[in-house]
Amino acid sequence: MTQAYTWGAIFAVVLASCSGDVLLSHAMKQVGDLGELWRQTTLLHLAGRILKNPSFLLGVACMTVAFYSLMFALSWADVSLVGPAAAALTFVANAVAAKIFLHEKVDRRRWAAALLVAGGVVLLAA
Amino acid sequence: MTFRKYFVLAGVAVSAAIGDSLLSRGMKQIGSVSLQSLPHFILAILNPWVALGILFLLCFFASYMTALSWADLTYVLPATSLSYVLLALIAKFVLHEQVSAARWAGIVLISGGVGFVTRGPELTHPEQHAEHPIEPEAELEEAGKHSRSRQ
Repeated sequence: MTQAYTWGAIFAVVLASCSGDVLLSHAMKQVGDLGELWRQTTLLHLAGRILKNPSFLLGVACMTVAFYSLMFALSWADVSLVGPAAAALTFVANAVAAKIFLHEKVDRRRWAAALLVAGGVVLLAA
Repeated sequence: MTFRKYFVLAGVAVSAAIGDSLLSRGMKQIGSVSLQSLPHFILAILNPWVALGILFLLCFFASYMTALSWADLTYVLPATSLSYVLLALIAKFVLHEQVSAARWAGIVLISGGVGFVTRGPELTHPEQHAEHPIEPEAELEEAGKHSRSRQ
């Protein structure tokens, strides 16, 4: 039963942080290349432009949910399982989500990178 | 990829690793947190290590957003995962923790992943800019297009 709770919490963290990453990435693509915008406008204007973006606000909200779910899970589950499992699964889930929702071309190179990093994160926690 | 862009990616990895280490150090001074000690927990930001850690994590967020403004999510995430490697190195050389053989293997895998993804293109969907034109600041977008076409 405890194990079901632990994996439920890991699933919640992965879902929330993955949604957050996709929304933030979408928001920043809408805002545009900050390096170019930087030359044309003031910091205040740029900050306003980002903060007014609904995807950005929703993304930050998802990240907040992910952060608190992780804190919540860490308070009763095993750190050495929850931490790396959530981080590694987020890498893989993000590759899938970016392909579906952001229409990124996730080629073999990027799949390899996502899987290598996910495997590396698991080993780091071992 | 310009030097400026590599600099931003490095900023994401370095500020995340330093921010996390500073927070970890500060929170160990404060001790474990429970619901009863919530006011104590809120005062945690007054701890200089925690405050400095939060400052670094703000830098992390700013550079992460900057990177996402010109690169794919599936590029930025693996490319900045060097922060895990940096965290392990900080743990070994600054905090004098033991780094096991499995951890070194993990570092090798992550570095391999970073090498893989950074050799490819950073943006694979240029049409997305066209699909979502920015509504209010028409003149800004216009200027953006000009500077883009100049490159």
